[in-house]
Amino acid sequence: MKKEMIFAGFGGQGVMLMGRLVAYSGMTEEYHVSWMPSYGPEMRGGTANCTVIVSDKMIPSPLSSKPDIVVAMNLPSMLKFVDTIKPGGKIYVNKSLINQEVERDDIEVIKVPANKIANELGESRIANMVMLGNIICREEFLPLDIVKTSLKEVLPPHRQNLLEINNEALDRGCALA
Amino acid sequence: MQVVAKKPDSLTDKDFHYCPGCTHGIIHRLVAEVMDELDIREKTIGIAPVGCSVLAYEYFDCDMQEASHGRAPAVATGVKRVHPDKVVFTYQGDGDLASIGTAEIVHAANRGENITTIFVNNAIYGMTGGQMAPTTLLGQKTTTSPAGRKKDIAGSPIKISEMLAVLDGAAYIERVSVHDVKHIIKAKKAIKKAFKMQLEGKGFTMIEVLSTCPTNWGIEPVEALKWLEENMIPIYKPQVLKEAGEGE
Amino acid sequence: MAKKILMKGNEAIAEAAVKAGCRYFFGYPITPQNELPAYLSWRLPEVGGVFLQAESEVAASNMVYGAAGAGARVMTSSSSPGISLKAEGISYIAGAELPAVIVNMMRGGPGLGGIQPAQSDYFQATKGMAHGDFRLFVLAPSSVQEAVDLTIDAFELADKYRNPVLLLADGMIGQMMEPVSFERSIDPDDLPDKPWATDGAEGREKNIINSLSLDPAELEKHNQKLKEKYDQMEKEEVRYETYYLDDADIVIVAYGTSARISLSAMELAREEGYKVGLIRPITLFPFPKEIIAKTSEKIDDFLTVEMSTGQMVEDVELAVCANNSSVHFYGRTGGMIPTPEEILAEIKKIGGGK
Ligand SMILES: Cc1ncc(C[n+]2csc(CCOP(=O)(O)OP(=O)(O)O)c2C)c(N)n1
Ligand code: SF4
Repeated sequence: MKKEMIFAGFGGQGVMLMGRLVAYSGMTEEYHVSWMPSYGPEMRGGTANCTVIVSDKMIPSPLSSKPDIVVAMNLPSMLKFVDTIKPGGKIYVNKSLINQEVERDDIEVIKVPANKIANELGESRIANMVMLGNIICREEFLPLDIVKTSLKEVLPPHRQNLLEINNEALDRGCALA
Repeated sequence: MQVVAKKPDSLTDKDFHYCPGCTHGIIHRLVAEVMDELDIREKTIGIAPVGCSVLAYEYFDCDMQEASHGRAPAVATGVKRVHPDKVVFTYQGDGDLASIGTAEIVHAANRGENITTIFVNNAIYGMTGGQMAPTTLLGQKTTTSPAGRKKDIAGSPIKISEMLAVLDGAAYIERVSVHDVKHIIKAKKAIKKAFKMQLEGKGFTMIEVLSTCPTNWGIEPVEALKWLEENMIPIYKPQVLKEAGEGE
Repeated sequence: MAKKILMKGNEAIAEAAVKAGCRYFFGYPITPQNELPAYLSWRLPEVGGVFLQAESEVAASNMVYGAAGAGARVMTSSSSPGISLKAEGISYIAGAELPAVIVNMMRGGPGLGGIQPAQSDYFQATKGMAHGDFRLFVLAPSSVQEAVDLTIDAFELADKYRNPVLLLADGMIGQMMEPVSFERSIDPDDLPDKPWATDGAEGREKNIINSLSLDPAELEKHNQKLKEKYDQMEKEEVRYETYYLDDADIVIVAYGTSARISLSAMELAREEGYKVGLIRPITLFPFPKEIIAKTSEKIDDFLTVEMSTGQMVEDVELAVCANNSSVHFYGRTGGMIPTPEEILAEIKKIGGGK
């Protein structure tokens, strides 16, 4: 088993955290994992992405030129990465913010209304967890409860109060899958 | 805040890359307006620093050189000695000027190098993501002073303008701020005076401009202006620190 | 086995330094290694150590000189432009035979360059760090776990040889997260004695830490003594890893991040039937020239892959020259990272192997 994934979006959309959770959960399940962020000078409003690889073998390159899965939280991210996806791969599209269609027919397109559901839960910033819940339950290589325990480990102490609502978001995303 | 509509000729059409609420942009504009008003765009050479304003060479529409971190006053010295009749300025942050570049600024000032330095003090390292600067306030939290700056470990905020004012070569040194319109007008006057004194061959001039860094202070732009006023102004009092009189 | 944690390379190296018993750090901010000092800024005070942000890299490396001369386990870290400024202190540290660990998270250059990963400081690290006849011991990790292990080794090697040790990595290894475990932990109270250190001449002859030697005969003797240390390193400390040398027709030589990517390329090539092997130098000085020379007895084609326009390739050429093998080169630079597909295309160009 080897999954190469790219998570991409605006600076504040929490794509780094999504990737970290997948890597952390993969580690807990004793897979080999790597997490590689894009990095740049401290500037607001830019786009951010990270590459996560989960594998049952040693991971050679931690970068991915042909990912299995791309998660696009906004339009620029979709446009940037859609052509890199391996034929037969998947793209998860944040339907709430992206209304452009994917123009490839050799990949699967999964549309998730991440922001809409997050807003229903009363917290727009957890759209990332809605998306992640959906991915986890669709891909089925990591159990959702492991992702939830990882979240507890990864969230800094002053954010632990958000644990419950994040778990709710994961469940809502999962239910859609 | 008041934004003057028309772009000064001494700025290019390039959009600034600064964060929302960052006052680097205002300071660029003031320098450019002064260049326009003194009609010196075509005889000015600017030296850009290493810091968030590293791309200043793309914004000022005059000849520009990019220096290595902290060395802008040395680079400016080289330029000025070759072209003593031209106007030469450096634009430097507080990490650049007050930390790694202290030797260069002290000696440029002490030689009375006939250049103008615009010293942007935002009490933090912006570009590299919010580390402590020598100008960081006591108690201020940064990524390398996570418990707040402590005097017994990192000393007190360094007052560069006061330090340089004691040097004979310094002709004019003033500290200004850009947190409200009143202060912006004053800041521009000071910058203009510094350039004028350089044109008159008076020696080293420096304007320290108190500036914001909402991103690394971790607060919203409007709050940042207030934070500057309430926390920086008491430590870094805006004032003329040196003005060499006639015959000096 | 110790628990695995997911950590960024920069932070993992910082924690490894603490585990190695290092209690002193002097540095200056620069991307892409900022997480390393940021981590130590809270971690060192927690264990009774000292973190100090210096006014410049020149100052930082001279603070390291002072602390190492005073007998401490001490470290500094930076990235390419900052290492150039640290060079002064490093030359004095080597001259005065002081143990110290320096980290370089390379970025693209020359000059201010960029901030993305590069391997363009190989010459600087292995040959031309600064003035004088000296060598750094250079370790090049290719994963976060290896960065941890080599950091701890770096302190031990520095003490063993009384020589500066450079951990040479790049922005990618600094920024990426991988699972790590910290198996070793050294108590700072159990470190070897340093009878030469300037810690106060209580009840003993005075000690001097110095690199000045005005008598050329004396200085030559000193240089020869240093040379003997470097020779011993070359004899005893060479480290590398090899893959598929038994059946290979083409052998890639790559270190650090380039080696990781080359491994992917090697897998792709093998899937297509190309018999590709790989040698990954872990010590860049001492350079694993013997294994490369030995391999060249039966291999005609070597491919050196670097994130530079070609630096280590010169050492590979030297190593194979007795057997006249061809040394090919593929490099991306300025912060660009080669892809496995690009390297595969080079392998196909060289042909053979199939
Ligand atoms: C020799 C060297 N050391 C460190 C750096 C990294 N660096 C880039 S900008 C900067 C400091 C910027 O802070 P400041 O001068 O306060 O300007 P600001 O970004 O706040 O405007 C540093 C340390 C560098 N480029 N070169
Ligand atoms: S990081 Fe700070 S100094 Fe730099 S552009 Fe943003 S607000 Fe301005």
